[in-house]
Amino acid sequence: MKTAVIQFPGSNCDGDALHAAQLLLDQDAQFVWHTEAGLPQGTELVFLPGGFSYGDHLRSGAIAARSPIMQAVKAHAERGGYVLGVCNGFQVLTESGLLPGALSRNRDLHFLCRPVHLRVENTGTAFTGAYTKGQVIEVPIAHGEGNYYADPETVARLEGEGQVVFRYVDNPNGSLNDIAGIVSERGNVLGMMPHPERAVEALLGSEDGRGLFDSLKGALVSR
Amino acid sequence: MSTFKAKVFVTLKPSILDPQGRTVERALSHLDHGNVGGVRVGKYIELTLSGSRAEVEAQLKDITENVLSNPVMEDARWELSEELVGA
Repeated sequence: MKTAVIQFPGSNCDGDALHAAQLLLDQDAQFVWHTEAGLPQGTELVFLPGGFSYGDHLRSGAIAARSPIMQAVKAHAERGGYVLGVCNGFQVLTESGLLPGALSRNRDLHFLCRPVHLRVENTGTAFTGAYTKGQVIEVPIAHGEGNYYADPETVARLEGEGQVVFRYVDNPNGSLNDIAGIVSERGNVLGMMPHPERAVEALLGSEDGRGLFDSLKGALVSR
Repeated sequence: MSTFKAKVFVTLKPSILDPQGRTVERALSHLDHGNVGGVRVGKYIELTLSGSRAEVEAQLKDITENVLSNPVMEDARWELSEELVGA
């Protein structure tokens, strides 16, 4: 799966994202700088990594969401291309309007950096097909603004359409309905606060994130 | 063509929990200001813009609603005043 990892000034999980992509999806996965106007020819997955793009100035993800490359990412998503936003990448996706809602300050203000348990709620997406419904996986979080918020109608729609794909078993940050990750209406854009790319090798403490990348590979084959 | 000074105030919607405001409120309470409540922390942004008043107002509305605030969780309002030349 031809993968482009977008780099913004202040991205700091870009290396991890590229490593996981090269290990599990595409040995030629490459970085794309935020000032580029287009994605490499044939890009199938855009990976928006974690970090503190633009120093989280104004709001986390706000400036990155309005950088030149995001026009190309939006066009890619409109064509049905896959987009994965992790942590700051999730914030960029909500700020750019590719996913509904917003991420605000953690309920207790702390920056939280530890492994958490997630329940896989929907295995019918391109990102979760390799998991089993209700499976609990261990994936690390590392964020200060991961408190998912959306108005009640939006939350009801997300729940009704099965767009909530990952839920915290023990809510660390105050997110509504324990939401940890959601997909777009079409299911081709996933945003999540936990870091699956940091859980792809036993050496890292967990391999539970592999399923997400295996799912994407499977989704491409069955397309 | 005139120059205008804009003051933009961005606040969290009343329905959104403001943990920062709550922390400040608790600190004030510890400092014997127990009568203080409803602390909400927001943002204040200054800009200068040039153009006609109508142009600048439309532009400021666009900037405020689409960049300076996130309507999902924030409210925003602004004040606009013309800067007098030579003042």
